[in-house]
Amino acid sequence: MRAFAQNLKRYYSFFTGGFVMFVLALAVAEYMGMPEKWIGWTFMAATVLLYASIGILTRTTDVVEYYVAGRRVPAVFNGMATGADWMSAASFIGMAGTLYQKGYDGLAFVMGWTGGYVLVALLLAPYLRKFGEFTIPDFIGARYGGHAARSLAVVGTILASFTYVTAQIYGVGIITSRFLDINFETGVFVGLGGILVCSFLGGMRAVTWTQVAQYIILIIAYLMPVVFMSYKVTSVPIPQLVYGSVLEKVTERETEIMADPAQVSARAAYARRAATIGREIDSLKQHDNVLTPDERQNRIDQLTKDMDIAAGKAKPLTRHAEPFPGDTAAERNSARLNFLALTFCLMVGTAALPHVLIRYYTTPSVKQARESVFWSLLFISLLYFTAPAYAVFAKYEVYTNLIGSNIAELPNWVHSWAKLGLVKVEDINHDGILQLAELTLNPDVIVLATPEIAGLPYVVAGLVAAGGLAAALSTADGLLLTIANALSHDIYYKIINQDATTTRRLAVSKGLLLFVALIAAYVAALKPDTILSMVAWAFSIAGACFFPALVLGIFWKRATKQGAVAGMVIGLGITLYYLINVKYFGMAKWFDISDVSAGIFGIPAGFVSIILVSLVTPAPDRATQNMVENVRYPSIRAAARK
Amino acid sequence: MHVPDTRREYWRKNLWLTGSLLVVWFVVTFCIAWFARDLAAFTFLDFPVPFYVGAQGALFVYVLIIWIYARRMNRLDEEYDVAEEER
Repeated sequence: MRAFAQNLKRYYSFFTGGFVMFVLALAVAEYMGMPEKWIGWTFMAATVLLYASIGILTRTTDVVEYYVAGRRVPAVFNGMATGADWMSAASFIGMAGTLYQKGYDGLAFVMGWTGGYVLVALLLAPYLRKFGEFTIPDFIGARYGGHAARSLAVVGTILASFTYVTAQIYGVGIITSRFLDINFETGVFVGLGGILVCSFLGGMRAVTWTQVAQYIILIIAYLMPVVFMSYKVTSVPIPQLVYGSVLEKVTERETEIMADPAQVSARAAYARRAATIGREIDSLKQHDNVLTPDERQNRIDQLTKDMDIAAGKAKPLTRHAEPFPGDTAAERNSARLNFLALTFCLMVGTAALPHVLIRYYTTPSVKQARESVFWSLLFISLLYFTAPAYAVFAKYEVYTNLIGSNIAELPNWVHSWAKLGLVKVEDINHDGILQLAELTLNPDVIVLATPEIAGLPYVVAGLVAAGGLAAALSTADGLLLTIANALSHDIYYKIINQDATTTRRLAVSKGLLLFVALIAAYVAALKPDTILSMVAWAFSIAGACFFPALVLGIFWKRATKQGAVAGMVIGLGITLYYLINVKYFGMAKWFDISDVSAGIFGIPAGFVSIILVSLVTPAPDRATQNMVENVRYPSIRAAARK
Repeated sequence: MHVPDTRREYWRKNLWLTGSLLVVWFVVTFCIAWFARDLAAFTFLDFPVPFYVGAQGALFVYVLIIWIYARRMNRLDEEYDVAEEER
C-alpha cells in the first residue's frame, strides 16, 4: 500500500514537471512564430490524448475496480480527484464572472461550494466509507430496506446529475468550438469521445487517475493568469494576499464613476430608451395589428428583454464590496435572506450530490476517508479563494484603464472578444468616450480574457482553455459514471436480476454509460437556454432528496423505511413544486426566496417528515439497528474483545 | 444488541465534537453574513471584514474544522480501540 502511494507520487510529480515543460516549450514555439491556431490544437490534442492513455492503461474488468477504483485511492489523491470531480466548467469559467457582476453577493457561491464539505466530513464521509458498498442508493436501500427507498434514491440521483452532466458537455462544446475553430456540434461530440474513452474502459478506476491529472492541469491553468495580473498591477505575485488594496482602489473608482457627468448622461439615455421601448410594448398590447398572436407575443418578449437591459444600465452601479445592496430596507433584507438561503442550499446540496459522495467509497479506510475530505477541500479552496481575486483585478482593469478611454482606441482584447459577442460597446451619448453603462461584458469573459488583459502570450490563453476543458471533462466523467452505476447496480443488479454474473453487470453498466452519454450530448447539442439555469437546481434537488435520509439514517436508529420514503417524496416534491411553479408559472414567491433556493423549504420538510412518520411507524428491526451501529465505528473487533 | 459502555462513550464524544464544530461552521457562515452590512465598516488586510470572511476567512475555518475533526477522530479511534487495521 505504501509502495503504491510512493509510486503515485513519483508518477504525478513527473507528470506535473512534464506538463510545465510542455507549456514552456509551446511558449518558445510561439515566440519562434508558431501560429495561434496550432497552439490551440496542440493543447487540446495533447491533453485529450493524455486522458485517453490514462483511460487505456487503467482499463479494468473487475467489479470493485470498476465501481470504486479498488478502494485503494490514498487520501491525498482522492482529494485531488474529488477536486476535479467537483469543479465544473461553471466553477472554472463562470464563477469569477459571477463575482465580477455581483460583488459581495456572489460570495454565496464561494462559501456554499466549500462549506458543504464541512457537512460531508462531519456527517457523511466516514460513515459511508465504513458502510463500504458501491453507490448512494445502495446505502439508502440497505439502511431502510425494500425497493421503494432505493428506487427513489435512483430517481433523485438522475434528477440531480443529468442536467448537470448536460451542462458540462455543453461547456466542452463551447470551449472546443471556440479554441479549435470547429462548429459547436462537432465540439460536443469530440468532447464526448474524450469523456467516454476514459470512463467506458476503466470505470471509476480510470476516472480517478484521470481526474488527478486533470486537477493538476486545471489548477495550474487557473492560477497562472491571475498571478501575472497581480504582478502587473501590484508587483506582488500572490493575488489572494494583495487584492484587498486593489479592492480599495476599485471602491474609489466606483465613487468617481458615479459622479462623472458623462456616466450620468449615458444612464439617462438608457432610461429614455427603456421608456420608449415600454411605450412600444404598451401599444403592441393594446392594438390589433398585422402580426399573429404568436408573433406578437414573441415581439413583446423580445422587447421586454431589451427594456430590462436598458433599465438595468440606467441604474446606479452596485458597489463591489457592499453586501446586499438595495434602494429600500425591504430590498436589502430580501437580498440578505436570499444570500443566506442560497448559501444554505448550496452547502447541503454539496453534501448530498451523489457523484461527490461516492468518491469517499474509494479510500482504503475510514481514517483515510476523513483525511481525504480535508485534502479535497484544501485543493478545492485553492481555486475558490482565487476566484474573487480574478473578479477584483478584472474590475480594476476595466474601471481604471477601459472606462473613460476613447472608443476608437480600445485595447485589442476588447475587439477580439467583441467579435465573439462576449463584449459589447455602444456609444449611446455620442461623446466618443466609453462610459461604464455603455459596456456589456459576458461573465465568461473574465477568466477567458485575463491572459490578454495581463499582456500574456497566446500560450496562456491556450492553457486556460485546456484547464476549462479539464474541469468540464472531469466533472462529466464523474457524473456519467454515477448515473450509469445507479441504473446498472441499483436497478438492474439489486432489483431486476440479482443472479447476474459480474461480466454481465459490467456489460450492462458500460452499455448504460454509453446510452446516457449519448442522450446528454444530444440534449447539449440542442443548446437549450434553460439547461444552464437548471444546473443550479441540482443542489436544491439533491439536498432535499438525500441529505435528511442519509444523515438521519446514520445518526438516528429510530428512522424507519416509511419515514425515509415519506421524507424523500415530500422533500423532493416541495422543492420541485416550488422551483417549477416560480420559474415557469409565475407563482408568488414564499418570503421572496428565489427558485434556485427552493431547497430551503424542501430540506427542512424532508427532516420533519422523516421524524414524524418514523415516530408513528414500528422501529426498524434488529438487523438494521446493528447495521447502523456497525457504520458508526471504524471497527467493532476491539469492543468485542473488551 | 448490547452496546458496551466504552463504545457508547466513543459515540458520545464523537457527537459532542461534531456538534461543537458545526456550531463554529454555522457562526462563521450565517451569523457573519447576517450582520454583513454592520460589519462592512471594519477592515482587515485592506478588505472590508464581511468580504474577507466570505472570500477567504470562512474557507480557512472550514479547512481547519475538517482537519481538527479528522485528527481528533483518528486519535479517538485508537483510544477506544475501534481503529481499523491499516492495510
